Amino acid sequence: MKKKGIKILLLMSVLLTLTIALCGCTGDKAGDTSSTITIGIPQDLEDSLDPHVAVAAGTKEVLFNIFEGLVKPDSDGNIVPAVASSWLISDDGTVYTFTLREGIKFHDGSLVTVEDIKKSLDTCADTSNGTPLVPAFSNVASVNIIDEKTVEIVLSTPNTEFISDLANINAAIIPADNADSATNPIGTGPYKYVSRSPQENFVMEKFDDYWGTPANIKDVTFKICANADSVVMDLKGGSIDMYLRLTSAQVDALDDNFTVDEGTMNLVQALYLNNAVEPFNNPKVRQALCYAINPQEIMDMVSGGKGTELGSSMYPSFKKYFMTDLNDVYNQNIEKAKELLTEAGYPDGFTFTITVPSNYTQHVDTAQVLAEEFKAIGVTANINLVEWETWLSDVYAARNYDATVIGVDASSLTASALLGRFVSTADDNFTNYSNATYDETYAKALAETDDTAKTKLYQECLTILADDAANVYIQDLPEFVAYNKKYAGYVFYPLYVQDISKMYIVK
Amino acid sequence: MKYVLKKLLAMTATLVAVSFLVFLAFSLIPGDPAVSMLGTQATPERLTALREQLGLNDPVILRYLKWLFDFIRGNMGTSYSYSLPVTQMILEKIPITLTLSLMAFLFMLLTSIPLGIYTAKHKDGKVDRVIYIINQILMSVPSFFMGILLTFLFGLVFRLFTPGGYVSYTVSLSGFLGYLIIPAIAIGLPKSAMAVKLLRSSVAQQRKLDYTRTAFSRGNSINGVLYHHILKNALIPVITFWGMAFADMVAGSIIIEQVFSIPGLGRILLTSISNRDYPVVEAIILLIAFVVIAANFIVDIVYRLVDPRISKTS
Repeated sequence: MKKKGIKILLLMSVLLTLTIALCGCTGDKAGDTSSTITIGIPQDLEDSLDPHVAVAAGTKEVLFNIFEGLVKPDSDGNIVPAVASSWLISDDGTVYTFTLREGIKFHDGSLVTVEDIKKSLDTCADTSNGTPLVPAFSNVASVNIIDEKTVEIVLSTPNTEFISDLANINAAIIPADNADSATNPIGTGPYKYVSRSPQENFVMEKFDDYWGTPANIKDVTFKICANADSVVMDLKGGSIDMYLRLTSAQVDALDDNFTVDEGTMNLVQALYLNNAVEPFNNPKVRQALCYAINPQEIMDMVSGGKGTELGSSMYPSFKKYFMTDLNDVYNQNIEKAKELLTEAGYPDGFTFTITVPSNYTQHVDTAQVLAEEFKAIGVTANINLVEWETWLSDVYAARNYDATVIGVDASSLTASALLGRFVSTADDNFTNYSNATYDETYAKALAETDDTAKTKLYQECLTILADDAANVYIQDLPEFVAYNKKYAGYVFYPLYVQDISKMYIVK
Repeated sequence: MKYVLKKLLAMTATLVAVSFLVFLAFSLIPGDPAVSMLGTQATPERLTALREQLGLNDPVILRYLKWLFDFIRGNMGTSYSYSLPVTQMILEKIPITLTLSLMAFLFMLLTSIPLGIYTAKHKDGKVDRVIYIINQILMSVPSFFMGILLTFLFGLVFRLFTPGGYVSYTVSLSGFLGYLIIPAIAIGLPKSAMAVKLLRSSVAQQRKLDYTRTAFSRGNSINGVLYHHILKNALIPVITFWGMAFADMVAGSIIIEQVFSIPGLGRILLTSISNRDYPVVEAIILLIAFVVIAANFIVDIVYRLVDPRISKTS
């Protein structure tokens, strides 16, 4: 017995020594970066990889490199051809005709056919679950194959903006015969899927037969960095080459080896108010809250003074619609705010709850500054931190809340992506905003086919939201992207996407 | 044989009970996988459709039985959020968590046996006193804090490893094992301290017994008595502790994985809980329950090997 015991002990010590010895070979294997990049992302793609089903913004921004629709957005906010080489919209805005790009291939090497296009679009419009799989497709009457390189989409009501919905990842063209698109994504984008490991990484590789400008970097790994506190350490230590969405404090901790690009997150961050509950059903109360706050102060506290002030539900990347003068509809004026509260019947203020998802530090911080600012007008705001899932079900779906701080993004390159949710009957009108004039103006804007007139109508909508103080608009948060000086070529998009294909290696 | 059969039966019953409790807990806590899957695209119609599709509208008991029968047939289902087969997801992560726990266990054995014997032999000596104090400190520091401390010490001060520089075992085995050493020590240290203490007092107790005196009177040296007579008896309580410690280490690695950003079972478990992805949660919790039960089972068997008296009396 004793001998056996010693033998086991010996074996164990040999094993441990071996492990320790082997670990000596770690550390310096960062040499072969010839054509690879490891990009840190804060959240895993806890989602289906099927582009028609994927919903999380964090998934779609990565899948942008793998999938393309008939058309796609470019970094200036234009719609450019992708799987279709050209398109035509009928004058009445009901028939869209697309010409298939010649010789375009899927990642598995097969040619894209009009059947693939029809199948993909039909899947998006599929209503077997009650509503279309991709909500924007509710207006699609039929998808028809004209000949072997032409497909037309017929809409039931005129909509000249449907083209921007087709640029969304959700409307991607995938092979008609791919049975397991959720786990084996095949698209036409500049990168093809290689592998993924939950909570670990998502790997893709350059697609050599890409129809357009090919990607520069061959191997791309998105590494999930769940621990936000170690991001700077990871960058400096070289376990990641690039990180998306750093905080300003993290940026300050970086050294000269990194390029930091500053953009905006393309979000409308606001204190969203439940317009259906007391006292927020009174516009005067909402206006009083708008007068009580100072967006610059919030930006100073939350994001080191960076960020862009907003006065309505539109962010500056949408240059066409953004109106700077709406920022001045309410400038901090405590007296005015108190007056409005008195007029509304709340001379001594009131108490309400701000429900904030705890995983978004910037929104939590904003809520804290807001609560301080509201004290000056006698309004007490209690902050209720909830899990993201609870936020989704209680606040967003059930609309059971007083107020919340969140950032709302746009799914496509049109104003309607941000404005549609304030129509009183909209499914996603989580603020219960209801204004007959707004509904009317928005409907007019949608139906308008002339672009200039359309833009004007949308701006009118924005003005209504600001004047009526639908919500307390705050800012578009700054976005910092840091990458090792070895790389260059990062571009910001006006949408929530990451285009890695344009990045290249400097030396 | 009858004993083993009885044990196996109890084991199965425990696992079934655990799986049901997890199911029950999931139906009680707020939130629902459909909401989490659809996110901001959730409309009442889409939610209803998805709930229908996932079978979430059925009563808990029915859903549980369905899951149980699938499980028995070896089908653990598909992750709601990842759309991946649960089996594939878990099989990929088991080596990570298991290696980490085994390394921690190994560390505990390698440090506690020699130290335990040494301190017992030189009881109340200077070294023993110092080790006693260190043990007390190590025992009271929770492993996650130990993890942070070690990261700071070895990662930033001595620069012996890259924090967050986890390497997958599919890429480089040595890099993988190398990265896990510090986390393994973080889990193993508190347990090691306890084991040293236990072994020391256990040996000390045996030394007071008559058979030890007899062994000495037969002219044995201290080492002879210690290794030939005392150790075997002294190890019995320690083996119980080892079994519990191993189970504890598997569970403890869930926390340590967060500290060291190791994408093992723990990370998946936590995200799956917040996504209400219960096929994954159910599978991982069952796995951990299984490890705990199996560890106890193995301890029982080892007992009998070390001390034949136990199987005779029971």
